[in-house]
Amino acid sequence: MSENNIILDVQNLRTYFPIKGGVVRKTVGHVHAVEGVSFQIREQETFSLVGESGCGKSTTGRTILRLIEPTGGKVFFDGEDLCALDRESMRKKRRDMQLVFQDPYASLNPRMTVRKLLEEPLETHFQLSAAEKEEQIQWIAGAVGINPEHLERYPHQFSGGQRQRISIARALITKPRFVVADEPVSALDVSIQAQILNLLMNLQKDLKLSYLFISHDLNVVRHISSRVGVMYLGRIVEMGDTEDVYQTPMHPYTQALLSAIPKRDPLEEKQRIRLEGDVPSPANPPKGCAFHERCSRCMDICREQFPETKEIAPGHCVACHLYD
Amino acid sequence: MEHLLEIRGLSIDLPRGRRQPPVKLVEGVDLNIDKKQNFGVVGESGCGKSITCSAIMGLLSYPLTVGEGSSIRFQKEAGDEVEITKLSPAELRKLRGKDISMIFQEPMTALDPMYTIEEQINETLRFHTSLSKAEMHQAALEMLQKVKIPRAEQILQDYPHHLSGGMLQRVMIAIALINNPRLLIADEPTTALDVTIQAQILDLMNELRESYDTSVIMITHDLGVIAETCEHVAVFYAGQVVEEASVEEIFHATAHPYTEGLLRSVTSLGGAKKELYTIKGMVPAAGNYGIGCRFADRCDRCMEICKTQAPALTEIAPGHKCRCWLHAGGAEKEAAV
Repeated sequence: MSENNIILDVQNLRTYFPIKGGVVRKTVGHVHAVEGVSFQIREQETFSLVGESGCGKSTTGRTILRLIEPTGGKVFFDGEDLCALDRESMRKKRRDMQLVFQDPYASLNPRMTVRKLLEEPLETHFQLSAAEKEEQIQWIAGAVGINPEHLERYPHQFSGGQRQRISIARALITKPRFVVADEPVSALDVSIQAQILNLLMNLQKDLKLSYLFISHDLNVVRHISSRVGVMYLGRIVEMGDTEDVYQTPMHPYTQALLSAIPKRDPLEEKQRIRLEGDVPSPANPPKGCAFHERCSRCMDICREQFPETKEIAPGHCVACHLYD
Repeated sequence: MEHLLEIRGLSIDLPRGRRQPPVKLVEGVDLNIDKKQNFGVVGESGCGKSITCSAIMGLLSYPLTVGEGSSIRFQKEAGDEVEITKLSPAELRKLRGKDISMIFQEPMTALDPMYTIEEQINETLRFHTSLSKAEMHQAALEMLQKVKIPRAEQILQDYPHHLSGGMLQRVMIAIALINNPRLLIADEPTTALDVTIQAQILDLMNELRESYDTSVIMITHDLGVIAETCEHVAVFYAGQVVEEASVEEIFHATAHPYTEGLLRSVTSLGGAKKELYTIKGMVPAAGNYGIGCRFADRCDRCMEICKTQAPALTEIAPGHKCRCWLHAGGAEKEAAV
């Protein structure tokens, strides 16, 4: 792969949220939601961020689209630094980069018909005639599998899977090149999940999309993505080609995470690495490696020094002192 | 009665006014739960699995009612049986939290934010036992240690918002088990939790079940959780049991096309980037089932007979029941027509 087909380049991205306290609401500390995340996404590739709740994966996705302002770091989209853009240019950029939300019950305005919901992004980003708009709506409805006769209906008249199709249509109608899909299937039933995942993969092929796919479901991530980054407490602890990471996980956290997946067969014998305790608070991250309190292979250096990310095999990076 | 719990012909009605017959959300459910059994109930949202278990607890909320001819018999002790559908609210209260307990899906909303953990554990003890204050404190402390909560003494004084989801679910399990129930109903106990925490909770539940001799009904939509914990499984679809068998048979001698579809549409570890198998369409709305098999519209192996006659739940192998014409001689019947 050559350098020039990298569509998104995230460099050392940081997002802190202030903690307000006291009578005058003074800032008394920061939640380090995203702490120095770097990765690249190539054209027509699916890159996944996976991790447990509170690890900063959704915040990363939103910061890239500047729905949350970054505290530091750079995001290059097509070689252009998004963080340097003013509001108006950023708004124009969003035509090319869209977001699919997790909960299709909460992300669609209940007072708008499907047609209105689909028109809205077109009106925001393009000046089109009524006929052109209609053409676009018919096209996207066909592409995601919404019955054109249902365009006058309201969101509550659809099931969860159908609503997620509407959300996807809304994101794709501006013909973006890059889509952040934030847990797009976790609110859906298993049989509907499969339908939506197939749809996302087919649309990627047809429309030449690049995805940043955010999920906590390790099976879904393995199925859909070509590369994956495992996040823990605001940092990517391991990153690489999906099969490399799943077959030879290097970081103790990745190993524990993969072994915690429930087995798919009652007869399968599974050796499980048990993780004790909970994820530490991102407002008060532990010194040294963020994972050392739960790690079974913790060494002295892990308590003192944060491990740098190292490439230990082509394209396979890990942040752990075990591989120093 | 040889089983701990016997459900016969259970239907749950949603009334539609005086003129129309009620919608049957659950229909003709027969289940047997044995002592010390880990029983799995699996199905997609809206299939009736949760309300079936609410009916066992006597917790159906207005306007749902248990239909005529339904029977839920529960063995409180050897020789002491009760018919749950006929109990008064006061008798039900005595049963709940003592003989039958329940763990809910969202530990964050199931606990009262205004009371400390100790007060919430004590509530169950005070209602069902006559322990003194000091004894209750001791019992609560021991129970928290059994569910492996660190710093138990301190946690007792904490409020729910101080604890993480995994910790709260442990507290819920402690409250459910403190009176040593004979039956524990777990309604999606790990759905709201992260995968590493889910593994902790499932391990804990498996351990506790061994030491408490409690039967568990595990309601879930996740076949992985079923494979991990259950011995016997009932698959629900559109308010009916469509397949019931031991967990090995559900996974390796799958009979019903719906169960097969569920198993195949799961994204598996080690799966290549190929198209996922999908069950076409979606679950029909309750009360809108038609006369044939309820799965006929979505089934890949649908025959003519499936559209016109509803199949019965038949035993296709010892202990393996399936509601499908493919296994009830439907093909022969069709050939004869």
